[in-house]
Amino acid sequence: MDAIILQILNGLDKGGAYALIALGLTLVFGTLGVVNFAHGALFMLGAFCAVTFNKLLTLEKVTVDPTQLTPWGTPAEIKTSLVEAWLGEFGKVLVNYSVPVSIIVAIPVMLIIGIVMERGLIRHFYKRPHADQILVTFGLAIVLQEIIKHFYGANPIPQAAPTAFSGTAQVGMLLGLGDAIPYPWWRLIYLFFSLAIIGIVFAFLQFTTYGMVVRAGMRDRETVGLLGIDIERRFTVVFGIASVVAGLAGVMYTPVLPPDYHMGMDFLVLSFVVVVVGGMGSLGGAVAAGFLLGILQSFASMNEIKSIIPGIDQIIIYLVAVVILLTMPRGLMGRKGVMED
Amino acid sequence: MFGNLSRQDWVMFLGFSAVVLLAPILFQPIGAAYPAILEKFCIFGLFAIGFNILFGLTGYLSFGHAAFLGVGSYATVWSFKLFTMNVIPAIAMSIIFAGIFALVIGFISLRRSGIYFSILTLAFAQMSYNMAYSVLTPLTNGETGLQLTLKDPRIVDAMFITPGTGLPRSTLFGLEISGGGLGGFYFTAAALIIGFYISLRIFRSPFGLMLKAIKSNQNRMRYTGFNTRPYLMAAFVISGIYAGLAGSLMAAVDPLAGPERMQWTASGEVVLMTILGGVGTLIGPVIGAAIIKYFENIFSGFNETALNSVFSFLPHTLRDPLVKLLSLFVGEGWSLTLGLVFMAIVIFLPGGIMEGVRLIASLFKKGGNGNKPAVSGHAQPAE
Repeated sequence: MDAIILQILNGLDKGGAYALIALGLTLVFGTLGVVNFAHGALFMLGAFCAVTFNKLLTLEKVTVDPTQLTPWGTPAEIKTSLVEAWLGEFGKVLVNYSVPVSIIVAIPVMLIIGIVMERGLIRHFYKRPHADQILVTFGLAIVLQEIIKHFYGANPIPQAAPTAFSGTAQVGMLLGLGDAIPYPWWRLIYLFFSLAIIGIVFAFLQFTTYGMVVRAGMRDRETVGLLGIDIERRFTVVFGIASVVAGLAGVMYTPVLPPDYHMGMDFLVLSFVVVVVGGMGSLGGAVAAGFLLGILQSFASMNEIKSIIPGIDQIIIYLVAVVILLTMPRGLMGRKGVMED
Repeated sequence: MFGNLSRQDWVMFLGFSAVVLLAPILFQPIGAAYPAILEKFCIFGLFAIGFNILFGLTGYLSFGHAAFLGVGSYATVWSFKLFTMNVIPAIAMSIIFAGIFALVIGFISLRRSGIYFSILTLAFAQMSYNMAYSVLTPLTNGETGLQLTLKDPRIVDAMFITPGTGLPRSTLFGLEISGGGLGGFYFTAAALIIGFYISLRIFRSPFGLMLKAIKSNQNRMRYTGFNTRPYLMAAFVISGIYAGLAGSLMAAVDPLAGPERMQWTASGEVVLMTILGGVGTLIGPVIGAAIIKYFENIFSGFNETALNSVFSFLPHTLRDPLVKLLSLFVGEGWSLTLGLVFMAIVIFLPGGIMEGVRLIASLFKKGGNGNKPAVSGHAQPAE
C-alpha cells in the first residue's frame, strides 16, 4: 500500500510537468492550429530563466585581503555576494529562494518571448501546410537550444530548492496512514504548483469574458472574426500564456532535474505523446493524460515490475500511446472533428 | 521494362552517375575529394533519397527515420562480428531487419496522418534510441557503441581465411571497403547510383503517381475506391529500407554503430537535407545531403584562431567583435547555423535549392523572350 502511494506521488510530479507542457501545446494547437515543436524549447528557456536569475543573485565581488593568509601562504580571497552585501539578511533569503522567486522574472520574459515568437514567425505559418509548421518550429527549437548551449555550456546546471523545502515530507503522517512515506517536499510543491497553474488556466478560459472569446475562437474562428473581435490579437495572447505556462513548468522543475540545453526536446517528445493520448485539441484530456502517463511511468520503473519486463520503464509511455491510438483513435477525450484524418 | 523512362530521364540518370563516379576528380577544387567525405555524400544522399520517396511523394513527414539507419548499422556490425567481413551478407541483413522494423512501425504509424504520423514516428524513434541505450545493451553495447573485437567468432571467415593480426577490414570479395581507400567510395557510389535509379523508376511508375495522388488529395483517392494504406505502407517500407541501407554502408566503411545514430537530431538532419535540396525532386535530396555534409565539414573545422587568421587584415577593434560573433556559428556552433539555414529555407524557399534553380532559370528565360510570361517558374503551394 505504501509503495503504491509512493509510486503514485512519484508519478504525479513528473506528470505535472507533462501536463503543463501538454496543456500549452494543446492550447496553441486548439487556437492557432499550429503544431509547435519549439514548445519544449520554451520549457527549457523557462528553466534557464531560473538559472540566470540564480547566477545574477550569486554574482560575487572578490577582494584580496592581505592580512589573512590561505594555507598555501597566498593572500586570501574573500568572496562576498553582491546581493548579500547590499540587502543583508534579505539578500541571503533571496538567494535561498531564488528558484521560486525567479517566477516573477520568468513570467514577463516568457510572455515576451512567446509574443515575439508568435508575431515574428508563427503568424506567417497559419495558412501553410502542417508539415511546414512542424519544420519551421523544429528549426527554431534547434536554434534556441544551440544558443543556450553556447552561453551555458552542455553540462546540466543543478539548482537547489530552498533549504526549507529540501528535506522530505512524511506524507504517510499527513494522510493519516501512520507509516512513514518519505517524499521530497519540493516535488510535493511542484505537484501543487502545477495543479494551481492548471486551475488558473482553466478558470481563465472558463470564467472570464476574454477566455470565453478564446474558446469561441477555438470552435469557429471565422465567425468570431465576423463579430468584430480581433481574434488574432487574442490568439497572440493565448500563445503568450502557453509560453508562460511552459516556462513556469521549467522554472519550478529545475530543483528536480538539473537543466541542460536539450531537456526541452526530451520533454517535448513525451508531451506530444501525452497530447496524442489525451486527444488532440482537448485541454482536459492533455492534463489527465499527463498525470496518467506520469504515474504509469513511475510504476513501470519499480524494481518489481522491471524484473518481470526489463526496460519497460523506458518505453511504457510509447506503448500506451500505441495501444490508445489503435483502440481509440481520437485519444482519451478527443473532440470530434479535430484532426480527424 | 524501360518504357516509362523518357529520354530526358536517361540523360539525367547518366549525368548523375557520371558526376558521382567522377567525384574524386570533380570535387578536387573545393577540397572535398578525399574518400571519407565522398562516402558521407553518397551515404547521406542515399538516406535522403529514401526519405524523399516517403515525404516527397506522399507528404507524410516522418520524424523517426534515423531509427532505421541505426537498425541497419547494428545489423551490419553484427553480421561482421558473427559471420564474415564481406559486406554483401551484411547489407542483406540490414535490409531485411530495417524492412521488418519499418513494416512494424509503419503498420502502427500509418493509421494516422498529418501531425499524428510525425509524432508517432518521432515517438518510435525515441523509443528505439532509449532502448538501444539501456535495455538492449547486450545487443547494442549501450553508450560505447557496437564495435569489432578480436574475440568475435566470424564463423564463415574462420573457415576460409586464417585471421591476421589486428582487426579485420570489411571487404567486397577481397576489395577493401573500410580503411579510407577509394574502394569504399566506389562501393557507396555504386549503391547511391542504384538507389537513385530505383527512386527514378518509382517516381515515373504508376505506383509513384499513386503516391503523388495521395499527397494531393487522399480523400479523393479513397472515394474513387483505392485503398491507400498498402501504397503508403509500401512507400514507408521502401524508404525505411533505404535508410537501413545507408546505415549499413555507414557501418561498412567504418565498422561501428552507436545509439546516437537513432536520435531525433539524426532524423531531423535527413529532413533538413531533403528540404534544403528540394522536396519531391529527384536530385534535390542528394544535393542537399552533399551541401550539408560539405559545410558541416568546413564549419566544424573552424575555431576562433582560424577565424582570427582569416580576418587578420581587419583592425583589432573590428576583428574582435566580428570573430566573437562568427564563432557562435562555427565549430561547436555548427548546429546553430544548420537550424538557422533550415528556418530560412522553410520560410523563404519551401521548394529548396531545386526551386531556386528553377526560379533563376525562368528569370533568364524571361530575359530571352520578354513577351512570354514564365508561368512554370512560379512557386506552387505544396497543398
